[in-house]
Amino acid sequence: MNNYDAIVIGAGHNGLTNAAYLAKAGLKVAVLERNPYIGGATVSRELHKGWYYSNCSYVCSLLRPEIARDLELPRHGLQVVPFGGGATFMRNGDHLGNYHDHDRHYREMARHSKRDANAYDRYTADVTKQTRLIRPFLMRTPPDPTSLKPRDLSDLLDFAKAFLNMGEAGLADTIAFWTKSVGDYLGEYFETDVIKAHMAGSGIIGTALGVYSPGTAYVLLHHYMGDVDGNVGSWGFARGGMGAVADSIAKAFKSYGGEIICDADVDQIMVRGRKTTGVALRNGDEYLAPIVVSNLDPKRTFLDIMDAKDLPAAVVKKAENFKIRGSSGKLNIALDGLPIFNGLDPKNPVMAGDLHFTDSLERQERAYDDWKNETWSKDPYLDMMIPSLTDPTMAPPGKHMMSVFVQYAPPKIDGRDWTAEDKAGFEKTVIDQISTYSPNFKDLILHCETRTPQDIEAEVGLTEGNIFQGELTFDQLLFNRPFPGYAQYRGPVTGMYMCGSGTHPGGGVMSAPGANAAREILRDLNKPNTVPGGYADD
Amino acid sequence: MTDFDAIIIGAGHNGLVCASYLAKAGKKVLVLESRAVPGGCAATHEFAPGFQVSSCAQWLYQLSPKVVSDLKLPQHGLAYAAEGLATIALDETGDHLRLQGDSASGGGISSEDQKAYAVFRKKMRKYAKLMKTAYDTRPPKLVEHDFRDKMTFAKLGLGMKLLGKDDMSDLMRLILINIFDVMKETFGSSKLQAAIALDAVIGTPMGPRSPNTVFTYLHRFLGEVLGFEGATQVKGGMGTLGAALSNAATDLGAVVRCNTTVASIDKTHDRVTGVTLSSGECITAKLVVSSADPKTTFKSLLGYHHMEAGLVRRIEQIRFKSGTVKVHLALSGLPTFTGLDQSDLGQRLVIAPSLNALESAFNPLKYDESSERPVMDISMPTIHDPSLAPNGQHVLSAIVQYAPLNPKGGWEALRAPFMTAVIAELARYAPDIASLITAEELLTPADLAATFGMTGGNWHHGELTMDQVLMTRPATGISQYQTGIAGLYLCGAGSHPGGGLMGLAGRNSAQEIIRQGELA
Amino acid sequence: MNSPTRATMLLETPFHSRVADRCKINDWGNWMGYTTPNAYFDVELEYFSIRSTTGVFDLSPMNKYRIQGPDAEAYLNRMATRNISKIGINRVGYTVWCNDAGMVMDDGTIFRLGESDYRLCSYQRAIDWLLWCALGFDVTITDETEDLAALAVQGPTSCTSLTEMGLTDLNTLKPFGMRTYDFEGEKLMVSRTGFTGDLGYEVWVSPEKAETLWDQLFDAGKEYLIKPFGSYALDIARIETGFIQAGVDFVPAEEMVRPGRARSPFELGLSWLVDLEKPLFNGRTALLKEKAKGSRYRFAILNVDGNKPADHSFILKGDRQIGTVTSAAWCPTAKSNIAFAQLEMPEGSIGEEYVAEIYYQRELHWTRLLAPCKVIDGPIFNPKRRRQTPAIPH
Repeated sequence: MNNYDAIVIGAGHNGLTNAAYLAKAGLKVAVLERNPYIGGATVSRELHKGWYYSNCSYVCSLLRPEIARDLELPRHGLQVVPFGGGATFMRNGDHLGNYHDHDRHYREMARHSKRDANAYDRYTADVTKQTRLIRPFLMRTPPDPTSLKPRDLSDLLDFAKAFLNMGEAGLADTIAFWTKSVGDYLGEYFETDVIKAHMAGSGIIGTALGVYSPGTAYVLLHHYMGDVDGNVGSWGFARGGMGAVADSIAKAFKSYGGEIICDADVDQIMVRGRKTTGVALRNGDEYLAPIVVSNLDPKRTFLDIMDAKDLPAAVVKKAENFKIRGSSGKLNIALDGLPIFNGLDPKNPVMAGDLHFTDSLERQERAYDDWKNETWSKDPYLDMMIPSLTDPTMAPPGKHMMSVFVQYAPPKIDGRDWTAEDKAGFEKTVIDQISTYSPNFKDLILHCETRTPQDIEAEVGLTEGNIFQGELTFDQLLFNRPFPGYAQYRGPVTGMYMCGSGTHPGGGVMSAPGANAAREILRDLNKPNTVPGGYADD
Repeated sequence: MTDFDAIIIGAGHNGLVCASYLAKAGKKVLVLESRAVPGGCAATHEFAPGFQVSSCAQWLYQLSPKVVSDLKLPQHGLAYAAEGLATIALDETGDHLRLQGDSASGGGISSEDQKAYAVFRKKMRKYAKLMKTAYDTRPPKLVEHDFRDKMTFAKLGLGMKLLGKDDMSDLMRLILINIFDVMKETFGSSKLQAAIALDAVIGTPMGPRSPNTVFTYLHRFLGEVLGFEGATQVKGGMGTLGAALSNAATDLGAVVRCNTTVASIDKTHDRVTGVTLSSGECITAKLVVSSADPKTTFKSLLGYHHMEAGLVRRIEQIRFKSGTVKVHLALSGLPTFTGLDQSDLGQRLVIAPSLNALESAFNPLKYDESSERPVMDISMPTIHDPSLAPNGQHVLSAIVQYAPLNPKGGWEALRAPFMTAVIAELARYAPDIASLITAEELLTPADLAATFGMTGGNWHHGELTMDQVLMTRPATGISQYQTGIAGLYLCGAGSHPGGGLMGLAGRNSAQEIIRQGELA
Repeated sequence: MNSPTRATMLLETPFHSRVADRCKINDWGNWMGYTTPNAYFDVELEYFSIRSTTGVFDLSPMNKYRIQGPDAEAYLNRMATRNISKIGINRVGYTVWCNDAGMVMDDGTIFRLGESDYRLCSYQRAIDWLLWCALGFDVTITDETEDLAALAVQGPTSCTSLTEMGLTDLNTLKPFGMRTYDFEGEKLMVSRTGFTGDLGYEVWVSPEKAETLWDQLFDAGKEYLIKPFGSYALDIARIETGFIQAGVDFVPAEEMVRPGRARSPFELGLSWLVDLEKPLFNGRTALLKEKAKGSRYRFAILNVDGNKPADHSFILKGDRQIGTVTSAAWCPTAKSNIAFAQLEMPEGSIGEEYVAEIYYQRELHWTRLLAPCKVIDGPIFNPKRRRQTPAIPH
């Protein structure tokens, strides 16, 4: 019999995390996955013998350490290895290195501007203040500011206290930070274009906004609020590729008795009398459970696998208005050897970090203009990595795996679907940009997987290929995520929950939405909580 | 003994309003204005022999009715040539969209959109009312608030709750987002979307996709709850408002001196003591109240060397970008707009074909370039007020976006081509326009900055973005009209609640000065 | 170069060849991105070179900024808390500077080189703030950190060592005075300043002359038992004499992350540096307010019973924790166990007695010691020779 206590739709990292905590509490849980493999956007596939492609997400920082530790993910095979630094290559042949070592980083910045190098300390302190403000709330359910329930009021008070503690000036800075454009924000610290451009990248990655759009400073914060081993803002690779994250959570889930069913394409969440009863697959199979948790994004959840007649009209409207924009694409490239970049010693440690070729805010903003005009950026902002410099398991010895995240790529070209020619043109644009700075790059390419937002949507099921399951703008954060009134993981139908990145605190391979949702479900079931609290930051 | 209780720098509308309220409270007030006429941006000038036009703002939207009645402005000459004008979004083929009050018609608009338009405006009115609560008083401090600030918070909190759960949560969602998305989710007609979005971006260096443009829309919409249903045209041009304010101030006992440039704000030891004029004359006062924008006030008049460096840094970081240009045309006769009845030429005409067209017009501004296809807000003031032009001839005045303060090639190179682009755009709707032009004037952001002393040419004395409003306007620590420097206050649009010919900054500032008791 | 430090990616000071040669125990630290010795041969013996003979410390990584122009004096008066106008030409002044909140950003010394020509020497990097402060002033600010090599030459025989090297009549130089000498065809600047609380000088030359200076100095000082000392020895000397250090005894205000962790000059025992009579300086408004309302903390120098340094200790009053120790050392010359503490107001008056909660380890065994301690009114070690002019002969 296909009877369960809870069914989780989607074996992405959040679905698996959610399922693991439910199973840990003693529930009989099944995770249903449409694809023949698990992971969602946290996946690594051996597309060619010996080559592991982290097809979607490619770096790891935000994964909550509380969860990794609690679910014993290291025991289940997860190893996160930090990488050092990064660089932005400039059109004049120079570059800006981002060194892991503070002093060397200072010297490198000072080579471009002593003032900026000095201001970096003030910048770091100010950004750290903001990360410290937000981090304690990652593992908490956002309170509903319109509610008068004691729990909401007391949580709101906690929020208010954290803010008020910053003092008048500190609080004003916070409001400014949350609403400013990343370009303006960086302009308050730095004078050098390449330094601003290097940092501004974090403000636009995965976002359908430009560096001059108000609100992008928060996106920068979103990329800074993680940590690797307590180093806030550090990023690392999951050894063996990002799939290792999902695989380890899956193993934890199974160790609690959970069941993962692949090739199970959910057609509909079944609702009877305003209560969920289970799900029906496209092949007609039914799985029954009083709890159904959707790891899909809010649009897919409410507009695709739920029937409008089962939902309040306002929810359908909110889901329709939910902003989830495809803005990025990806190239995964297998290389015959290490590419050489102009002006950079191949042994330089920054090679192992994130590499970029956009040396000014203006170029970043123009890249966004192309997206607004419904075409891919002709001079895109690339976030490029060579994970095989850090993790030898990604490629055969002597060969290299390269991951190129491309900002911007629209979900549709001039309002129509991407064609094969579009995709080839997109691929060529990216490869041409890289080869401008790396003369031997083209000759090293063995095979390349190019993914447009449309491909990502088709394979992973992220609407428009949006990597965060919804834009990270203030109107869709905290108690507004995914939309006001539904930010506490509960759906509008009894027994139906959301646990994806479309819920607080959002995307970026955090697993926090999955865990937070599990806590709320267990609360509703009057079961003891199995989800750990957040670590205190001090 | 000082010469005056208070010296107000700048006879712009906020300076005059502040002066009037202080004079009304029995204070001895001197207003100093560098231009020949009072009024600041509320000005009329002759741009060609016999042709008069409102120099900056052309429509009155937001003037506080309290200010109008307290200062008895109608008695001092303020009169309207036309009120409650419709907005007509022009269409190249002549299928124009007409917006009047809550009704939308023409332009192929659907009945759903018509209904949605009324609903949308109702909702905006609710939000604007709430905003008015905040605008009518000094901005409360968030942490170091006193009893008065607590009361403001209580009022705002209550107002929020009274919106009801749905509207309250919707406001929290809307307030930071862009008008583009709100238009897309609310209306089907691209003409309607663009006509509304134009209001959100006019006077700002933002495009419809820029988050924060719902806020700027609400700022402009505030006029609707102040009693201005649609655009109002001041008789004799906006200068009449300036003159009326000046008369009111004078009538209340304030002295208004024009052609008098303040060279510096004088500071001895640790307080401001008066001003020195460009003539070298020194005038002393217990207080100096500046209606100049914060950068002009602190950098040029007071001098950064008289301030602590942290405040200097905050002032330097205020953004004053502008993309707004004023175009004035003298016309030998009435132009023919395709499909537009002659009787409608006196309405507010806008050229904003679609959201994408607005956004495309905006894009170049980011790179200090100008729009190829500018968008505009057009007034033909001579329809309602023939005295502004020689008999039978007309004036066309347009607020045009976008062009930068400092174009990459300099304004001398851009002036002619940009004017050509503006006229070409007008000609798409009024094909005979070029043949009627007898004189023309283009006021670039640089011209406006120079003429009216507005840093960056920004009409609001500082962009109206969420990080530059309320307790952060003009900067943290100096949001309640005090500057932290004894004897120096602010009363201009650079302070809460910003620009738009409201007069509220001037009024709130005067109230705060009186409350502080420094002139008691 | 066969430098042993190459792999650490740290910079080398202009004295590096000489320093490395004398750094016998290879104990290196990182100071502002430069590799500098924590100790050369023996911390205790190095320390005693400061107190008994001549000790030499490589100061080159200190940040040095040149401030020139008609408004230089006004500029510094607005930036720093003390009255800069009182610093005459060829004189040096110690000061702190604050942000608008009246919180200390850093401390440092200001050298007045001419009528409108100053050099600011600071522990932290400061160019960003110095340039923000320059708006509205007719001054030019230049970072000279890499353009000057400097040695601190400290101790009772320091004057003699330097005189022997050729700095004639150096003994007439008053404390906080400075003077230039010809040196190898260039200018050498010497100031009677230091961070040790003893008779001592700081010598400044171009990086090109650094090695020559070192060689000549050590040659001249040989008979006066000249020795180099590292940062560990310096730390003992500065604690013994009551000098606080940025990043140790206070957090530079603009780098503070946690609300409330920055400190005002009053809270650091530096009210003597704050001239509230000056019409304007950064932090004045806030400091006036603090003066009226009272401070949150008080800086106290504690004389702790026993000989176990009270590093990182809590200070207790009865059962209540009233503060923490920021710096502590057994001070060999003063024969005292000194600790700097931040105490909550109104604690910390001179003569008050508290308990320091000290943890120390001997043979893998940790001991918790509750050591009585007493607030004293200044450093115990404060020798006359530090101030005497002419400086004492050998």
